[in-house]
Amino acid sequence: MELNNFRDPKLIKEIIAELSNWQKPIKLMEVCGSHTMAIGHWGIRKLLPKTIKLLSGPGCPVCVTPQSIIDAVLQLEDVTIVTFGDLMRVPGSSSSLAEAKSQGRDIQLVYSPLDALKFAETKETVFVAIGFETTIPGIAQTILEAKKKNLENFSILSSLKTIPPALKALLQSQDIKIDGFILPGHVSVIIGKKAFSALPRKYGIGGVITGFEPLDIFIGIKTLTDQISENIPQIQNKYSRVVKDEGNITAQNIIKKVFVTCDTEWRGLGEIKNSGLKLGDEYQQFDAFQKYQISLKPTKEPEGCRCADVLKGKAIPPECKLFGNLCTPTNPIGPCMVSGEGSCAAYYKYES
Amino acid sequence: MCLAIPAKLIEKKGEIGIVDLGGVNKEISLAFVPQIKEGEWVLLHTGFALEIISEKEAQETIELLQAAYGIK
Ligand code: SF4
Repeated sequence: MELNNFRDPKLIKEIIAELSNWQKPIKLMEVCGSHTMAIGHWGIRKLLPKTIKLLSGPGCPVCVTPQSIIDAVLQLEDVTIVTFGDLMRVPGSSSSLAEAKSQGRDIQLVYSPLDALKFAETKETVFVAIGFETTIPGIAQTILEAKKKNLENFSILSSLKTIPPALKALLQSQDIKIDGFILPGHVSVIIGKKAFSALPRKYGIGGVITGFEPLDIFIGIKTLTDQISENIPQIQNKYSRVVKDEGNITAQNIIKKVFVTCDTEWRGLGEIKNSGLKLGDEYQQFDAFQKYQISLKPTKEPEGCRCADVLKGKAIPPECKLFGNLCTPTNPIGPCMVSGEGSCAAYYKYES
Repeated sequence: MCLAIPAKLIEKKGEIGIVDLGGVNKEISLAFVPQIKEGEWVLLHTGFALEIISEKEAQETIELLQAAYGIK
């Protein structure tokens, strides 16, 4: 498969040349950690005129996982805790999963949620489920497998989140004026274009679904500037090589079978209505919240950390006083520096 | 975390597929792409094929751009 075309310097130069004439100051927000990293990696900010600002939104599942989830996981005793590696170093109120593991707690990392099931064959196992729509179908499928195998030792602690409600909440809060969204490509593979239709209809803001190669990102930005100059906000799919307009219906059906929506807390954004997923009635036996009677306790953000503003696009990482001196990737204070896909980590690596 | 990578499906055994990841074979779930055929490319994430990658769409995107900018 010839995907190198999406790095074609000739095409990229043409688009950059067109964008260089852009006059009106605009702010475009990307809401996917992989876009944040790609923009940093390819040095895209430096290739844009000063009038086009790129902001990062709440696009990194690790960064928006509240500390209370980490605290709750650490309260669980005598169980095998299984999760994705990204979550390990996120500080809870007092400790992180990585610290707990170094002190001997049974914490296992997996690449696929399906791998969590094998631990449950011998021991009580709790899978800490974080992620957006990209990751959710795999976790739903894992629950179906657990049910098929009748695994009594398995449950999940769900902090799963869905993107469209978060974007609406951002627009409703009117903390910041956004002129267009660079929409998350791999979330869109699952939910399709329709899932974002309220953005132009209700809020008059357009969005473009795009991929992660440099040409993809420039196409995305160009598409949004075209929408803005013609004043026709809409959702456009420029990642048609993998995103179908209707999304992946098979995966959507599996999600619907297993999960129902619930309100959930986003780190930095607070509670957002209907933005979370919990297990539906038929799958309650796999709900760790029920099984272990867990209730989440309020937490305080680390002193001075501006992750909340960074996640809303209200501040860029260097505007945080801790950035680069007290808070670095080897010694992170907030979640935006912990995750490789967090805005602070991306700025630290590529722009400072 | 939503990182997903392209991989070629070399074998299909019901809901299980084998992909070639740069010379290494890996077993993945095809639960979301039951219609897939061997030889097609998938977008792989946490052990699941999220979608089939359309070579035709990829080519068309590039050709449209090349035409728009008069490049060949
Ligand atoms: S630099 Fe560190 S402390 Fe400051 S906002 Fe980012 S993660 Fe939080």
